[in-house]
Amino acid sequence: MESVTPLAIECRSLVRHYEDVRAVDGLDLAVRHGECFGLLGPNGAGKTTTIEILEGLNRPDSGEVSVLGRRWGSDERELRERLGISLQESRFHDKLTVFETLRLFRSFYRNGRDPEEALRDLSLEEKRDARVGKLSGGQRQRLAVACALTGKPEILFLDEPTTGLDPQSRRQLWDRIQAFREGGGTVLLTTHYMEEAERLCDRVAIMDHGRIIAEGTPAELIGRLRAPHILEFSSDPPASLALVAAIPGAYDPRPRGNHWSVAVGSLVEAIPALLLALEESGAKIQELSTHRAKLEDVFLALTGRELRDE
Amino acid sequence: MSSAGRPLPALVELVRTRLLEFLREPEGMFWVFVFPIAMALALGFAFRNKAPEVLPVGIAGAETSALRRALAGSKDLKPEIFSSVADGRAALRTGKIALLVEAGSPLVYWYDATRPDARLARFAVNDAVQKSNGRADPAPVRDALISEKGSRYIDFLLPGLLGLNLLSTSVWGLSYSIVNARLKKTLKLMTATPMRKSDYLLSQMFSRFVLLSLEAAIIVLFGLFVFQVPMRGSPAALVLLCLFCGLAFAGLGLLCGSRVQTLEGVNGLINLILIPMWLFSGVFFSSERFPAALQPAIKALPLTAANEALRAVMLEGKSLATLPMPLAIIGLWGVGSFAIALKIFRWQ
Repeated sequence: MESVTPLAIECRSLVRHYEDVRAVDGLDLAVRHGECFGLLGPNGAGKTTTIEILEGLNRPDSGEVSVLGRRWGSDERELRERLGISLQESRFHDKLTVFETLRLFRSFYRNGRDPEEALRDLSLEEKRDARVGKLSGGQRQRLAVACALTGKPEILFLDEPTTGLDPQSRRQLWDRIQAFREGGGTVLLTTHYMEEAERLCDRVAIMDHGRIIAEGTPAELIGRLRAPHILEFSSDPPASLALVAAIPGAYDPRPRGNHWSVAVGSLVEAIPALLLALEESGAKIQELSTHRAKLEDVFLALTGRELRDE
Repeated sequence: MSSAGRPLPALVELVRTRLLEFLREPEGMFWVFVFPIAMALALGFAFRNKAPEVLPVGIAGAETSALRRALAGSKDLKPEIFSSVADGRAALRTGKIALLVEAGSPLVYWYDATRPDARLARFAVNDAVQKSNGRADPAPVRDALISEKGSRYIDFLLPGLLGLNLLSTSVWGLSYSIVNARLKKTLKLMTATPMRKSDYLLSQMFSRFVLLSLEAAIIVLFGLFVFQVPMRGSPAALVLLCLFCGLAFAGLGLLCGSRVQTLEGVNGLINLILIPMWLFSGVFFSSERFPAALQPAIKALPLTAANEALRAVMLEGKSLATLPMPLAIIGLWGVGSFAIALKIFRWQ
């Protein structure tokens, strides 16, 4: 064991059915104190069901859950005081103001943050007396996170916190989540944005069909790819599959419009070989670009599907 | 209070936010406060005590002028001559006249015996005809007319409207707000905090209480001052009764909202519950008019019991102690629906 820190969240052999669909299919998870852990996966992978079971809002058909060393059945009230939860697209009363909403949520906790402080924290001071119904999506999401932080939680659960938000709102939320972690908080979040996971998470688990298909730090997962570089090019006339597949270290070539996208082990070996092969076939290269593999590519390599296909 | 001070208890915050939400919803204000008054006004004027109705009757046949003089002498009749029996019967069929007299010997009265106004016309016409032909009444009589407050239609109607309003605003207000919160997942979000579930349900009941006191006061004061509806019982008894009914009906509202997942669903459910009571519970006319076989079921309805008790207190000046049966029925509905609602309530 590399760490003696007790676990903030742990679950074993979690199973949850909906009619004949296994939404969660034998899932094990361990989140350490002070860590930001991301559950990644496409829509329908079982992320929300999993996080709601861990939040005590959904019951597993079987399996065990322990949060802060407690169980949901016996210690619910105490746990609720110590957790902050933001649901996927939860909405507040449209007719209440931002401040009234925060004050309401503050009243639910024994100890908590002053609503004015919570407003400042998420840059909502200007919207203090605005009705919730009049807020933009980004402001509403910031309010949701402010409410989740109201009880000074030890663990923050965020279900797709930035889905559908503009880049500025997204960055504001990321900053707030990072500040919470710097204060020693633990975060469990779900997302289907790989950029978000790479930016925020110490460790991620990639979910598909109710199971975890890979787990580790983002760098580890990318490093595990046989070909960590992605090479994209176009030529006139377009290159054949045989030509692309013959590039040294080439893995999983895919046509994308009039481009080819191919993962390679080493750019130094692959690029000269590609240019030479094109020249020999009489084709002229038009565009060439490379990037390091992202979590996106990890998912693609693991499942053969693109994350945002659905 | 400065916001940096101690936060108020969750129950107080929940009641306050619920009331704020309501006050900021103009439609809600309309149904709770304006609608019952508008209804009482409309019905009060439509059924206000008018001068006794004059019945239109027709005369047809060969010799009509003597008949017309005889009928015109009656204050209850308005005679009209028709050129033929066929014309007269056409007017009768379309309800323009209540009865047609065909001159001749004997006189023929054409009328539909199932129509109350036609039977009334039959008596008045025959009375006028016989008198003009020299009938003398052997027993002397005298009419003594009354118009006592408390026996008018509006006096009957107002307590019924009060009961109806207490029921429908409780059921609509509670179940709509709960189903809406469930739909928007606000309920789920709140259950993810340490909020006590009982605080949430109690806050719904308490905010109902505040609104209910206001709406009951408005309806009663309106009746007292605009229509001089009598208030014969003690005001304290009426207040207690309204609160008791409100509490019981809030249980029904809670039950309606306890599981439904959509606004359409709760709409249908509420109509299913309310419409029969609009009809059967004696809001607009006495429930005694329904067949005897239905009476036990009608009497068991919570609104029937509420209306009976409200009328007994307002119109007859009875004390609550004399109304054990209706109070027991209302109480049973309240306790029963509240208990079931708590058991089956769906928080997500």
